[in-house]
Amino acid sequence: MLKKIFDTLRPTFTEGKLSAFRSVFDGFETFALVPNTTSKSGVSIHDSIDSKRIMSMVVIALMPALLVGMYNIGYQNALAAGALATTSCWSMFLFGLAVMLPKIIVSYLVGLGIEFVVAQWKHEEIQEGYLVTGMLIPMIVPVGTPLWMLAVAVAFSVIFAKEIFGGTGMNIFNPALIARAFLFFAYPTTMSGDAVWVAKDQFLGLGHQLPDTFTCATPLGEAGAGMEITTDMASMFTGLMPGSIGETSVIAIAVGAFILLWAGIASWRTMVSVFVGGALMAMLFNSTGCASNPAVAQIPWFEHLMLGGFCFGAVFMATDPVTSCRTEKGKYIYGFLIGVLAIAIRVLNPGYPEGMMLAILFMNMFAPLIDYFYVSNNINRRAKRAKQQ
Amino acid sequence: MKQSYKIRKGLDLCLEGEATHVLDIPPMRSEVALKPSDFCGVVPRVLVKEGDSVLAGTPLFSDKATGAVKFVSPVSGVVRQVRRGERRRVLGIHVQPDARQTFKEFSVEGWERFSAEEMKQLLLDSGLFALLRQRPYDVVPNPADKPKAIFVSAFSKMPLSADFNYVVEGQEEDFKNGLRALACIAKLYLGISPEQVNTAILPVKEADVRIFDGPNPSGNVGVQINHIDPVNKGETVWTMAPEDVIFIGRLLRTGRVNMTRRIALAGAEVKEPRYMEVPLGSKLSDIVNGQLCEATHLQRIINGNPLVGRQSTQEDFLDAHATEVCVIPDGGDVDEAFGWIMPRFNQFSTSRSYFSWLQPKRAYNLDCRIKGGERHMIMSAEYERVFPMDIYPSYLIKAIITGDIDRQEALGIYEVAPEDFAVAEFICSSKLELQRIVREGLDTLRKENA
Repeated sequence: MLKKIFDTLRPTFTEGKLSAFRSVFDGFETFALVPNTTSKSGVSIHDSIDSKRIMSMVVIALMPALLVGMYNIGYQNALAAGALATTSCWSMFLFGLAVMLPKIIVSYLVGLGIEFVVAQWKHEEIQEGYLVTGMLIPMIVPVGTPLWMLAVAVAFSVIFAKEIFGGTGMNIFNPALIARAFLFFAYPTTMSGDAVWVAKDQFLGLGHQLPDTFTCATPLGEAGAGMEITTDMASMFTGLMPGSIGETSVIAIAVGAFILLWAGIASWRTMVSVFVGGALMAMLFNSTGCASNPAVAQIPWFEHLMLGGFCFGAVFMATDPVTSCRTEKGKYIYGFLIGVLAIAIRVLNPGYPEGMMLAILFMNMFAPLIDYFYVSNNINRRAKRAKQQ
Repeated sequence: MKQSYKIRKGLDLCLEGEATHVLDIPPMRSEVALKPSDFCGVVPRVLVKEGDSVLAGTPLFSDKATGAVKFVSPVSGVVRQVRRGERRRVLGIHVQPDARQTFKEFSVEGWERFSAEEMKQLLLDSGLFALLRQRPYDVVPNPADKPKAIFVSAFSKMPLSADFNYVVEGQEEDFKNGLRALACIAKLYLGISPEQVNTAILPVKEADVRIFDGPNPSGNVGVQINHIDPVNKGETVWTMAPEDVIFIGRLLRTGRVNMTRRIALAGAEVKEPRYMEVPLGSKLSDIVNGQLCEATHLQRIINGNPLVGRQSTQEDFLDAHATEVCVIPDGGDVDEAFGWIMPRFNQFSTSRSYFSWLQPKRAYNLDCRIKGGERHMIMSAEYERVFPMDIYPSYLIKAIITGDIDRQEALGIYEVAPEDFAVAEFICSSKLELQRIVREGLDTLRKENA
């Protein structure tokens, strides 16, 4: 049935009036039907894995964190309105869904739109990488980010972080984090501080209207300001605390991590080393303290790993195969340094209480250097062997 | 105690239609053809005309570059056609075989005492030298070169490949004599699998025998060379397939070139997968006629195994280095919806996003669809999982794609042949044509270094 539809439409898109949308047509066709082109050279048979399947698995792995994030939007709203007892779970979730959905739609519309244009321009197939990036971006911004800002950030990152390098697989920096970094540096007031972590406006009668002046700090924000952290351990696990939408729930992220590792898409080497690096660095600060920022330095190491974007970054961002180290041994160093840097930035930088984004972007930049040493090692070994002969 | 190597990286693939140990000798009906394209790096000079009568062992063409390497007719008969393609490139020399085969006689008296030069000359005259391959570049060697060593791997772990233990049955002495002849020319290494330790192909005291235990591609001679004595820049090694070593043994025993090979006819589309004894260059229709399953879907005939073989038709001829003919579903007529999310229980994948990990022993019936679009290299260290050599395959591939010759050399391109990348190409999620890329890289490098 599907095939018939595509067969009748094909001539219009290949030669006919709509040939300017050929890439889009191809994209939808390969989305609906497995392409039945057969191999002409090299191996006759192929593994069934392809980049569509890989990206779909990552999106599936993101789902638990997204769903908990939606619920948390409603929960924080009700909590702030003091109406927790009178608001049902279901309506809290619906409110979160209603707040989140426009963000996801804007992200995909803008990002995929640019991808479609570029693919058509280069006469290539549409690449699937943005399916993941487009889901990640709304999840790593505060709930108060306006849609137009999201659209600008998405456009910036897709064009300048990805397409100018040649598309998925060629980029140096993680596009989702570039979008966040762009927002962070271009609109600092809406990306940090105490006013952006709770949705304040009613939406289609859902949720509670909060005054514009309402503020609520994230746990790391509280510590950064020298206050006691008011969030308990249970909330850190379940994710019922203020923070960027997808990053709060440790349990949901753990489910995602399990899916990624089980499917063999994310590297356990990177993931484990990020946690090891972060834990060691936090322990170091626990014992030495830090004069300029004592409260953050004294957060117990295990809480450090559960707060802010640490888990989310370690599981979904650091393990991005394109921007991380491409040698297996390099991944240990790469991950370890991300963990170390993230905690170091949190503690030593008094201006902003989160360090995961900058740590990963910084190590994205150094990943090729780490690889360079391992590959050079191999090259030198070969050269030495040739000399001995 | 023989030195043994445990190989961990790689992938054993189990396909439906493994050939059973039953031998069939089909009658020779059609022409037999020798194709210059089977011998990489050779520019042919044709030595016969249409209508000439040839014996089995008469040279059909020689290599223009050296003139010394000759390619001989596998059968006796009449030259029917010198088939040419674009710009008069020779595509094949077709010989209609006689009913009774006659052979050219070679003098092999006292071969045990031959010097290296005499042995090399005998192989050149008899045309068996052409079956040797050289690294670097994976081409027919230049007889003037002095190889560091000669490597033979006595097994293959490729899917549906012919089982050499069965192929060699009854010809063990020929195999051993062939090895002895090669050992005359240079130091000889023989790579065997652990199951072959106590078989009749041993002992051969002239060869340095090493045991390789591990999944495909542990049977690739390239992998074995990399573990035993890797090729450095400026060095050459020669390799020979074990089936061709038997040809040398036969020549030494009888004084005749008899290029009849026991090949596997395998694959899910073959009614009774089994072995066939046919001369090299046989027409594929002679081999597969009446052997295929009745099917309404497309079938694909592969000259060789599904990982390194070449897509062919019944009108094609058995490749000089092919040890099997496989027939599997083509898949060009299969429509499958939403492959990116469906469970697809009948599909094989090394990724656990499919369910083939639940049945590691199951034999799969895979078709020839690529099952995805070509992308840039996205996943990291993907090839490294199945590439058991001290080389970074993804970096080497990138160096070849970008045409950076210095870097290719530094990363070890002299040690590899396209077939070493077959498993990596199979699992590649970006669907890059690695074997083609490597072949082109080697060809360019050879031209540059000439």
